[in-house]
Amino acid sequence: MALTNDIVKTKLIEKFGDQLSNFEEPYGMLNFEAPKEINLKVLQFLFDEPGLQFQFLADLCAVHYPDNAGRELAVVYHLHSLRENLRIRFKVFTSIQQPDIFTATRLFSSANWMERETFDFFGVNFLGHPNLKRILNVDEMDYFPMRKEFPLEEQSRIDKDDEMFGRGGSIK
Amino acid sequence: MALTVQYNVKYEGGKIITVAQGPEGVSGDGFFTTKLSDVVGLARKNSIWPLPFATSCCGIEFMATMGSHYDLARFGAERVGFSPRQCDLLMVMGTIAKKMGPVLRQVYLQMAEPRWVLAMGACASSGGIFDTYSVLQGIDQIIPVDVYIPGCPPRPEAVLDGFMKIQELVESESVRRRSSPQYKALLDSYGIQ
Repeated sequence: MALTNDIVKTKLIEKFGDQLSNFEEPYGMLNFEAPKEINLKVLQFLFDEPGLQFQFLADLCAVHYPDNAGRELAVVYHLHSLRENLRIRFKVFTSIQQPDIFTATRLFSSANWMERETFDFFGVNFLGHPNLKRILNVDEMDYFPMRKEFPLEEQSRIDKDDEMFGRGGSIK
Repeated sequence: MALTVQYNVKYEGGKIITVAQGPEGVSGDGFFTTKLSDVVGLARKNSIWPLPFATSCCGIEFMATMGSHYDLARFGAERVGFSPRQCDLLMVMGTIAKKMGPVLRQVYLQMAEPRWVLAMGACASSGGIFDTYSVLQGIDQIIPVDVYIPGCPPRPEAVLDGFMKIQELVESESVRRRSSPQYKALLDSYGIQ
């Protein structure tokens, strides 16, 4: 019998009980959340458990929710079970003051660059990452550009007419 | 429809001119005198070696400019070089990300004097639509630029026009310009040398 979201959910709850929360199925894809301290335990369980075997990390990224006090940053793992052909989405939340998350690089080599990218853009500090430095932006950058703390536009430019960029006004 | 070859040459008083006209000077029986800068300018103008630094759609438009239809070779610039040390004209075509900035600057520094820079398109000239944290807002923030070509992307005709503007600069440039204090001050303002 093919693996379904319900089977995954049942196995997860059997193992981790009420530590897991926010089970959802938007567009048919299973979503759930765990405390950030056990992210590796959950990933390892999904990786090893016979019948699940989520052994492919399809994507790893972050989301910034500035209004979500105490849990502003979400780190999202997209996992794919190649054996069962099922995808799930797993989230952990962390505060922006101390954005420490355990690295998944021991489990998935592909997490290396994706965690560097997530660090680069959101400043998530992946504990234990072998080479946590910027990957896409210039090394001198001293902020995390994808956090919703900044205006979208380049601020160093003063001779651009805002009207041309749909923002009203003219050259300051 | 493509223009036939006869439109690529100049007519002067019914006579076809296929070579560049010589500078003004005094000629007599077996001699010709003129200014050194005019001769040097004439030679340089008609043998510019461009270095294409193409990063996006403007580069595609430049390929059309190099092709047989628009044919940049008519201006003596068919020899596109990919070694900065051999080239005279840096043609920057496309969006330059901030991370690409030091690379572009390095290429410019590796070129030998005299060197010219042409910024093609909105992105190279001003950052264009990419008004964002990762994009350099015009290459003139890191290297001096001689000619800007507007457009997004510019038509090959516009590229040819920009190239002819460069030719005018090359032709009329004094042989002493590159050692002048003004030029030194210009480079100093970019932190070069």
